[in-house]
Order: sequence, then structure tokens, then C-alpha cells
Amino acid sequence: MSDFSPLDAVDRKIIDTLQGGFPLSPTPYADAAVALDISEQELLARLQRLLAEGILTRFGPLFQIERCGGAFVLAALAVPDADWERVCRTVNDFPEVAHNYRRTHSLNMWFVLATETPEGIGEVISRIEAATGLPVHAFPKEREYFVEMKLPARERPNE
Amino acid sequence: MNEFERALILATQAGLPLVARPYAALAESLGCSEHAVIAGLQNMLASGRIRRIGAVPNHYAIGYTANGMTVWDVDDDEVDELGLRVGQLPFVTHCYRRPRSLPAWPYNLFAMVHGASQDEVRAHMTSIRSLLGTACRADDVLFSTAILKKTGLRLAA
Repeated sequence: MSDFSPLDAVDRKIIDTLQGGFPLSPTPYADAAVALDISEQELLARLQRLLAEGILTRFGPLFQIERCGGAFVLAALAVPDADWERVCRTVNDFPEVAHNYRRTHSLNMWFVLATETPEGIGEVISRIEAATGLPVHAFPKEREYFVEMKLPARERPNE
Repeated sequence: MNEFERALILATQAGLPLVARPYAALAESLGCSEHAVIAGLQNMLASGRIRRIGAVPNHYAIGYTANGMTVWDVDDDEVDELGLRVGQLPFVTHCYRRPRSLPAWPYNLFAMVHGASQDEVRAHMTSIRSLLGTACRADDVLFSTAILKKTGLRLAA
């Protein structure tokens, strides 16, 4: 799972500095590059590489769909090993599945559903149950105590 | 959300253009001014409809190879106060109260903990356990062993 090419100090600085606060100016890459002490061209080339290699999954706005009238729900399935590949493909094919992780538990597939309306959640859960033949366990959040998914890039053990 | 904001989400949900003037490039495809794109994103950021704008790293790739969803069965009367305190711990990136699904799932407090190893995550769990004290009846940790998908939100066009 860590078949990623090594990050150098500049990559790490880009990742650490740009996990938020990207400028809303006409030339945001040039402006961000000044703060990083590199050229605009270098920043663009490095972002292209980090995205191509999957080190960044995206570069852009992170939307909070609930504030736009939609809904996010965490859901889980207990997928039999023998059926893993089929269920994984089936679930990932739903555009409403924003991310999906395999986890160590009998509930071994955990995914987040994002829909444009709250009613959409129940509907997509029904469709996933029909397509997989498995019951979906839904864990809607009742309260959010904290969310801040910003992690400083670390040196990996193989570097 | 108005039509323009929906169009902005559709145009940027896969990422910003990697060109010198990304907002001008978006404006051209949306048929509006660069200023309208910038003002629209500014509004959505100010109202919390955009959480942030920038890099979304794959956490495995930046050295967080252990991703533990720690789950706790906490007394209903105390979970809100304790959840807020767990959320303030520096190694917790998300913290939520969610419904139990008895009997299979007794846990109502979820705290995501990232670390360089499973041992590091388990050490952090010890701190959470002592913070929760006797209000917590049971806990578990579910490590992720594969990212199966991570596209983020995708509205249908």
C-alpha cells in the first residue's frame, strides 16, 4: 500500500501548506508559489506529478454537501470474502459513493454516501442492497464534535 | 444552492484546472466572468458550503499508513461532553456521535485516528480510553487495509 514514490522536502511543504487556503486570486498558483519559494511552473509541474502518482487524490474545493441541502452518510457492509470483488465493483460503481475503505471487522466495507438531497440517501441504500444482495448498515452522524482532515506529511519509513 | 453554485460544483468537483488562471478557465467553460467564479467560490467558502480549497492527500502516501476508526460505547448522558473533548485531541481528525446498531454494533462515538503504525494508533487509544473513563463500556478499532475508492463528492451532471 505504500508503493508511492518518495516525497522530497518541497513536495512535503506543498502538501502541508496547501491543504487549505488556496488563494482566490486571478493567479492563485503564482501567488501560492511565492509563499512556497518556488516558481509557478514548478508548483504546477509538482501538483501534476503528485496527482498523477495518486499522492494527492484531488486538488480543489472540498464541498460540504449538507450545507448545500444534501446529505453524507457513513454506511457499512459485511461482505463475504468469496464475493468481495463483485461487491466492491458494484458499490464503487455508484457515483454517490464518495469513498470506500476495507476495514478489519466483520463489517469489512465502510463507505460514505453523498447525495444532493437527504431523501437520496434512503434511495441509494435501497439500490445498493438490491445490487449487492447484502443489508446496508447506515450510521448517519447525530453530532459532529470535530472535523479537521489536515495532516502534516511525514517521512515514510522507506525514505 | 442556486443553479450557478451547482454548476460551480460540477465544474470543480474533480479538481481545479492546473493552469495559470484556473478561475478564468472555469469562467470560460461556465460562460461567466472570472470575477463571478471567484466571488461564487468565496461565498461558498464563507458560508461553509466549501470546507476548504487545496490539496487532498492520500494519507498512505504521506506517511500515515495506519488509519484507525476507533469506536466507543459511551454513556448517552455523557457522550456529548466527552465527544467534544475527544475531538480536541491532536491526533483525532474526525469525531462524531452515531447511532448504535444493536446487538452487532454497540458503539456510539467514532473518532478517526491516523498514525505511522498500528501501535501508534493503539497508544493514542489508551489516551482516549483514560479520558472517557468509566463512561465507556467497550471499544474497538477498525484499521483500513485498502482504499477502495476516494473520489469525493460527485454530483450527476
